[in-house]
Amino acid sequence: MNKYETVFILTPVLSDDQMKETVEKFKKVLTDNGGNIENEENWGLRKLAYPIENKNTGFYTLIEFEGEPTIVDKLEIAFRRDEKVIRFLTFRLDKYAAEYAVKRRAVRKAKQEERAAQEAAEKEAAPVVVEEAPKAEEAPAVVDETPEAEA
Amino acid sequence: MAQEQQRPYNQGEIRYLTPLSVDTRKKKYCRFKRSGIKYIDYKDPEFLKKFLNEQGKILPRRITGTSLKFQRRVAKAVKRARHLALLPYVTDLMK
Repeated sequence: MNKYETVFILTPVLSDDQMKETVEKFKKVLTDNGGNIENEENWGLRKLAYPIENKNTGFYTLIEFEGEPTIVDKLEIAFRRDEKVIRFLTFRLDKYAAEYAVKRRAVRKAKQEERAAQEAAEKEAAPVVVEEAPKAEEAPAVVDETPEAEA
Repeated sequence: MAQEQQRPYNQGEIRYLTPLSVDTRKKKYCRFKRSGIKYIDYKDPEFLKKFLNEQGKILPRRITGTSLKFQRRVAKAVKRARHLALLPYVTDLMK
């Protein structure tokens, strides 16, 4: 069993539901072939650094999974058959990459919780003092700018 | 006599009252070794931009000071990022 990571870009013409459906389809390909999905990240609609198939944006999805080497071929065949996928990259995680992936997951989780906690706090604060609502919005913006943990 | 014969060699010598400030260059170092980074993430284009010039080309080791081991990993990360359109293959004025 090896650990793999795959990132794929879906065309921006899809609706949110279609996008999620497609992601589910590939996850099913993985689980059907004895893969074990460890992490999934949806980066949402991102700008591409250069146009691919005349498109300037795309939905990015990252999936970390574990499985036998043959699973990669099956996944990549599924990617090639689906014209909604405009780009994909799959590779095996070495021990440093695996270490980093675990750390990155923890950092992301902590950040998400922090954000959720902040939003909850804002919601509580907002109805009490309506006039100060714009000030409360400034706080999360600052947090967003903190750079992601250095590679 | 013997003293005067030696003089001409020394006369051409320029002497400074204060030692010359020849700018001693800072020694380059590998930032990955120094900060203990073991894996270079291709998902972080902002970090990788430190190793690119403004046309998006990978900078040589002699400029960044990266060790050979990590230069290979930087190159790999940059190439992965380019494939996924996180970084451009060619561009002008990236920064």
